[in-house]
Amino acid sequence: MKKNIATAAVAVIAAVTFLVPALTASLSAAGRDYISIVGSSTVYPFATVVAEQFGKTTNFKTPKIESTGSGGGLKLFCSGIGIEHPDITNASRRIKKSEVENCAKNGVTDITEIKIGYDGIVIANSRKADIMKVSRKDLFLALAKDIPMGKEGELVPNPNKTWKDVNTSLPDIKIEVLGPPPTSGTRDAFAELGLEGGCKEFEWIRTMKKKDSKNYKAICHAVREDGAYVEAGENDVLIVRKLEANPDAFGVFGFSFLDQNADRVQGSIVDGVEPTFENIADGKYPVSRPLYFYVKKAHVGMIPGMKEFLSEFTSEKAWGEEGYLVDKGLIPMLEEEKKKFLEDGASLKNLSM
Amino acid sequence: MNRTGLQTKESNARLNLIKAGLKKRYFKERVFRFFGMVAILTALAMLAILFVSITGKGYTAFEQTFVRLDITFDTEMIDPENTGAKDVHSKGDYGGIVKKSLRQMFPDVKDRRQKRDLYSLASSGAAFQLRKMVLSDPSIIGTTQTIWVPTDDDVDMLMKGHIKVESGVSGRIKPYKLEWIHSLKDRGALEKRFNRALFTSGDSREPELAGIWGAVVGSLYTMMVTLLLSFPLGVATAVYLEEFAPQNMWTDIIEVNINNLAAVPSIVFGLLGLAVFLNFFGLPRSAPMVGGLVLSLMTLPTIIIASRASLKSVPPSIREGALGVGASKMQAVTHHVLPLAMPGMLTGTIIGMARALGETAPLLMIGMVAFIVDIPTGIFDIATVLPVQIYLWADSPERAFVERTSAAIIMLLAFLLLMNAAAVVLRNKFEKRW
Repeated sequence: MKKNIATAAVAVIAAVTFLVPALTASLSAAGRDYISIVGSSTVYPFATVVAEQFGKTTNFKTPKIESTGSGGGLKLFCSGIGIEHPDITNASRRIKKSEVENCAKNGVTDITEIKIGYDGIVIANSRKADIMKVSRKDLFLALAKDIPMGKEGELVPNPNKTWKDVNTSLPDIKIEVLGPPPTSGTRDAFAELGLEGGCKEFEWIRTMKKKDSKNYKAICHAVREDGAYVEAGENDVLIVRKLEANPDAFGVFGFSFLDQNADRVQGSIVDGVEPTFENIADGKYPVSRPLYFYVKKAHVGMIPGMKEFLSEFTSEKAWGEEGYLVDKGLIPMLEEEKKKFLEDGASLKNLSM
Repeated sequence: MNRTGLQTKESNARLNLIKAGLKKRYFKERVFRFFGMVAILTALAMLAILFVSITGKGYTAFEQTFVRLDITFDTEMIDPENTGAKDVHSKGDYGGIVKKSLRQMFPDVKDRRQKRDLYSLASSGAAFQLRKMVLSDPSIIGTTQTIWVPTDDDVDMLMKGHIKVESGVSGRIKPYKLEWIHSLKDRGALEKRFNRALFTSGDSREPELAGIWGAVVGSLYTMMVTLLLSFPLGVATAVYLEEFAPQNMWTDIIEVNINNLAAVPSIVFGLLGLAVFLNFFGLPRSAPMVGGLVLSLMTLPTIIIASRASLKSVPPSIREGALGVGASKMQAVTHHVLPLAMPGMLTGTIIGMARALGETAPLLMIGMVAFIVDIPTGIFDIATVLPVQIYLWADSPERAFVERTSAAIIMLLAFLLLMNAAAVVLRNKFEKRW
């Protein structure tokens, strides 16, 4: 009995040492029978629904979806061709030129780009408070790190303490905005579409865009760090709960969270447009962004079900105006755009920048 | 007489001195005990708050609202040509059947938008439930049956009071939909039942269909690999270092390194796993095998340190006695020292395993933080683990996932409790023998 312990230990160690390489060898030969998807956490809720439907209604296995962020996903996607690399990556922004080059360097030359729809970014507060009407300029003046004051070309650290300081028509409450941290794609999009939109209204900054784009970006995208903008982590559920507890605070998150929590929070009107489903779909609401996924063409045919998954994602019952993705908060594209990407998906058209 | 008188005087003085200090000593003792009690009570209160808040939020998830539907398994919609083939049956329009049944319940609904809202009363899983019924028993085609199907998560949340309704208006649910729900309730067609899906299904994006079983199985496989790797290796390392290895600079270096590794943040092990197991050895992503390998790297130092400590606590007389009756060094260790040290080693292993069970950070790097629906069937299948499932649910926009997150936490705690209980039982068994 006592001896057995030692013998068993030796046996297990031996087994593990010899078995692992053997199993590895057999596995890489066997291939992979499920689709591997990585990428944006914004697209994740939509891609997962499609994957689930796909797994339940076809004979293929349910695809595996990792939420790695847009940048992380593209990095994995571009790391090469072969079953150990993902087949599809989701992105809440368009692929960058540098990423296409990186892909090509690793042999991933043929990529198909599919836009799936739009996502609105809302500035919301508790239903207990009044609906706020802001312009993008107000947002910039309230949340930017440095803002222009009086003289052209001169920036001062943001002195605004209350919304009234920003714009006299706004209420006299302390600026307190809960939002995602800099690692988040939502934050990037908010800075680019919301803050930059307001930033551009200053003539001298706009002219800077062409001459000194780096500095331009630094001015327009920098968010203040003196406590008025609170980084609330990636968890939007938490932001909604905090807004409920504090009616004076505002939160920045995706439209789907507003949609799901419509009994607790309300979206602020930005530039006179309410963040409703219709307004985002029409492109009237200014703070919205397209969502994409990218397909590795070399894997079509190598991994079973790729084409079928593509056609499920681009079908009317998924991304159509009454599709199940819309139920989850996706804002669908207009007919022509849908048609274009449906064709791109069917013919696996190569990405052109 | 004089002498004894002096002695009593002296001892009296001493006694008085002791007595004078006694009060102070008792007081100090009481204060010390009081602080000890305060510490324990604070810890218990925290634990109670945790349990109360989690079970308070999570217990509702063990129930799910079901709606009663009169379903006509229309031959036209399942198998119009009456082929009787399974392939045809599996492609039937079951969603359409559910919709038709809902339309029959509310014949007045004509508007297209309202119809959509009507269809969303029942879960999208209802169609799959019907399909399963037909596939397992094709004879029900053509009959009408009364079936309870899960409702959509919105209805479920409303029934459980998680969606605010103020004077008949809710931001989330339209007034006419509220009316339908009330009418269903009045007809007795809505009922809360035990949520079996929560225990038997894999992950899903529909809260009413989502379950924890896939993650539980994934956790079991991962823990199995971790245990099989780290326990024998850890014990062997500890025995060698403690009983056989010479005391020199090299063993000192090894010891310092092991102690250091025990304090390394777990994400570092994840990065190591990514570089070594995935990129170098080419093991598959998201597999419990790799998760187990990474987690055993993490638990090894804990096991080694605990095992060495328990070997050290075996009195030298045991070793000397064994050697004295002619046992070899190895016999002394395997027959006498190791069994005596085993309870302590097991405790260390369980502590290490419990930490590994709650770990998500290293698994992020090797792709185990993923949406996986199918239940894993082996250590090379794609899988996720319990804490990852909790994290993924906590981050989902659907309201119904809030209570399900708490329910998953309850189950993780139950899992931990089970493991620790098993450890205590095992340890006692070993202890009794010696």
